[in-house]
Amino acid sequence: MADSHAASALAHQFEDLEQQHEAASLGMWIFLATEVMFFGGLFAGYTIYRNLYLAGFTAGSHMLNVTIGAINTAVLICSSLTMALAVRAAQIGKRYALVAFLVMTIALGLAFIIIKLTLEWRHDYLEGFAPGLNFTFMGPNAKAVELFFCFYFLMTGVHALHMVVGVGVLSVLLVQAWRGRFGPDRFNAVETAGLYWHFVDIVWIFLFPLLYLIGGRY
Amino acid sequence: MATAASDLDTHVNYLNANYGVKSWLLTTDHKRIAILYLVSITLFFLVGGIAAVLMRIHLIEPNGAIFEPGAYNKLFSMHGILMVFFFLIPSIPAVLGNFLVPMMVGARDLAFPKLNLLSWYVYMVGGVLTMYAVVGGGVDTGWTFYTPLSTTYVNTNVLSAAFGVFVAGFSSILTGLNFVVTIHKMRAPGMTWFRLPLFLWAMYATSLIQILGTPVIAITLALVAVERLFHVGIFDPAVGGDPILFQHLFWFYSHPAVYIMILPSMGVVSELIACFARKRIFGYSFVAFSSVAIAVISFLVWGHHMFVSGQSVYAGIIFSALSFMVAIPSAIKVFNWTATLYKGSISYDAPMLYALGFIGLFTMGGLTGLFLATLATDTHLHDTYFVVGHFHYIMVGGAMMGYLGGIHFWWPKITGRLYPDGWARLAAAIIFVGFNLTFFPQYMVGYLGMPRRYAIYPPEFQVLNVMSSAGASILAVGYAIPLVYLIWSMRYGPPAGPNPWGAKGLEWETPSPPPTENFEETPVVTEEAYAYGK
Amino acid sequence: MQGHVVPKRFYFFIFGTLLALTALTTAMAYVDLGEWNTIVALVIACCKATLVVLFFMHLRWSTGLMRTVLLSALLWLAILIGLTTTDFFSRNWTPVPEGWESSLQRPPAPRSTVGAVREPPLRPDRVARGGDVERAYEYHTVE
Repeated sequence: MADSHAASALAHQFEDLEQQHEAASLGMWIFLATEVMFFGGLFAGYTIYRNLYLAGFTAGSHMLNVTIGAINTAVLICSSLTMALAVRAAQIGKRYALVAFLVMTIALGLAFIIIKLTLEWRHDYLEGFAPGLNFTFMGPNAKAVELFFCFYFLMTGVHALHMVVGVGVLSVLLVQAWRGRFGPDRFNAVETAGLYWHFVDIVWIFLFPLLYLIGGRY
Repeated sequence: MATAASDLDTHVNYLNANYGVKSWLLTTDHKRIAILYLVSITLFFLVGGIAAVLMRIHLIEPNGAIFEPGAYNKLFSMHGILMVFFFLIPSIPAVLGNFLVPMMVGARDLAFPKLNLLSWYVYMVGGVLTMYAVVGGGVDTGWTFYTPLSTTYVNTNVLSAAFGVFVAGFSSILTGLNFVVTIHKMRAPGMTWFRLPLFLWAMYATSLIQILGTPVIAITLALVAVERLFHVGIFDPAVGGDPILFQHLFWFYSHPAVYIMILPSMGVVSELIACFARKRIFGYSFVAFSSVAIAVISFLVWGHHMFVSGQSVYAGIIFSALSFMVAIPSAIKVFNWTATLYKGSISYDAPMLYALGFIGLFTMGGLTGLFLATLATDTHLHDTYFVVGHFHYIMVGGAMMGYLGGIHFWWPKITGRLYPDGWARLAAAIIFVGFNLTFFPQYMVGYLGMPRRYAIYPPEFQVLNVMSSAGASILAVGYAIPLVYLIWSMRYGPPAGPNPWGAKGLEWETPSPPPTENFEETPVVTEEAYAYGK
Repeated sequence: MQGHVVPKRFYFFIFGTLLALTALTTAMAYVDLGEWNTIVALVIACCKATLVVLFFMHLRWSTGLMRTVLLSALLWLAILIGLTTTDFFSRNWTPVPEGWESSLQRPPAPRSTVGAVREPPLRPDRVARGGDVERAYEYHTVE
């Protein structure tokens, strides 16, 4: 079993499966480093403006719904759990468990996106907090509040885009898993997708306090 | 183990292994992808070069010979965008790097061959988007896209140009990622880090910059696009935004980007000097570590582009001091190359002429960089032609010469053919003369106060400008000549054999051109790098 | 080759910890700690991220190279944010020459309209131009 299965799992440029696995992991970690810098530009802008206009940013943050944000955080943490369990299932060759956990992860990811779109963004748009499209806030620090919402939509938007891509990748993997492609000798794709998924979760772990919890809610 | 390939058509190599457009467009062979890149970047170089020629002709007259100021703005912008993002940044990494990195480590291909092909397609998509900007009326913000000009006040094709650069950036990231993983994980047995050719150390350092820096300009250009599309004020003072923030984010990448452009050339020069002086590179580990040091320190100096922008003076002081630091590793390299030449057995083949030209011209460019790194003198020199002269000495006198030297050095390996050496040396000499005539007057006219990016200038600067334009015409001839004989050599050049230069390195132990899998069996490395003579 | 297989129970334990920390950070937002609210929230976020990185992303059992990659990314992010903020925070260390106080950066006044019509940048020592609003994408004339 090992040789023919292993031979087909080994790409021609690698000497053995271990080298291939290490290369795949290293490649994904490096890609995640690029993603850190990609989001980093947004975090840098956010840091500067928050320190310049704290009052406005606090006011803007208070317009956001902490409960929904916390629920979304919990949703993503659940999806990270199911993703880790999916990778584990692939590692030990449990095909149905892998499929089940991938389905759960995708479902939780979609739930996150739907909650965000319908309960948060749509609500913010209707309330007049969408810069460039429908911004009607006229209280004190209005321009700083507008700047806050620029960053809110940009940061959560870029994050949501990454979620959508992640859901897409996981869907492809789901189809392949259903067809029995993955096993103990061949699970790099699931593992690297998992790394990506956890990273997107981590970005949200930071976005939640930075966007929703500015200045406290006391 | 490899016999001399006396008849190119009998042995199977990567060029004749498969025929047909599909076999090229769907290839995952790093060598074929390198050729795809070679063709593409040459085309972009030609377009960017035409823009330069038009600019230099225009600048013969103080009031501008041909163009309206708006059109002139578009010319220098397109020249900058195409040359920086579509020629210089990919040039050595995507062409020579793609071809040589696997061979130099002793591998069959890069770690991720399909990502490699994807990187070329991504590059081409970015190129098409940018060419759409060119053809559709141009961009006139400069390659630097400063806000609020680019976000609010111009109605040129900023969006498609920015989008094109955004997309092309991912090509750069994928290339860098591939190289880092390959160099870490796929070295042949016996190929320790300190036996790697210095070209690979340079490519590794370059890849670090590509990985860590490029995403920042990607998000920055995305912000510019969002601000332009939705009229939101991230960099707009009217809403409390700060244009200087754009400059910080932009230059955080774009300064390290200039090291993406020069580091690979330095790696090439190390190879050329070692081979044509028949000597091991003096201070190998110093040169190796200096590449990484340049990569790291390059991320700490970006504020020197912003000394007069409104940035805090204290930040300017920090950036100025750090900018002096970044010159040190470059100087270390120059000293080590010179020491390598000392008591070497030097031959003046065309690649060596380019390498020697690099050392001289890069040194001049680097020294003038110190004037610009000094906070006080930069206040006078910022946005003058002195800056233009400085970076062209590095980019053209340095990076471009290194690229041409590398192309000439590895051409026999890539194509299996030799080019006519006489013409090659003549072209190198013409390029050297033309280059200096073009760009040295720019130092002078800049120091005298002529601003850059201006379509007109005071009449007292005309003599120097005409000299510069005359030099540009000579330079253009110098670039045209290799285009002719290199293409000629692909059909009519004599077969090269595996190692026409007698160089050391794993790539020279394969036939020319190499077979698709590079090595019949994985090589085992037993000797140090550059084990010439001694 | 399987790589390191983590027991399911351990994953659930980390999951529980993450949910607890989320609840904690949400609850702490409702407690008045003044400036410390932000710091507490960020510390908790760092703890959560560390748990995900170490155990869900298997960095605990990975080679030093992957850890170096992650640490480098974080270091570079720190460089970006850190050096940029040195500019913004030291801007008002330079004494402002007499007569230039009005050009100090300050939060802009509220914006009154929405949509594509844009007002010119507000200058405190100038009367705002009444109905003379300017559109985007038009060149400004020099006064």
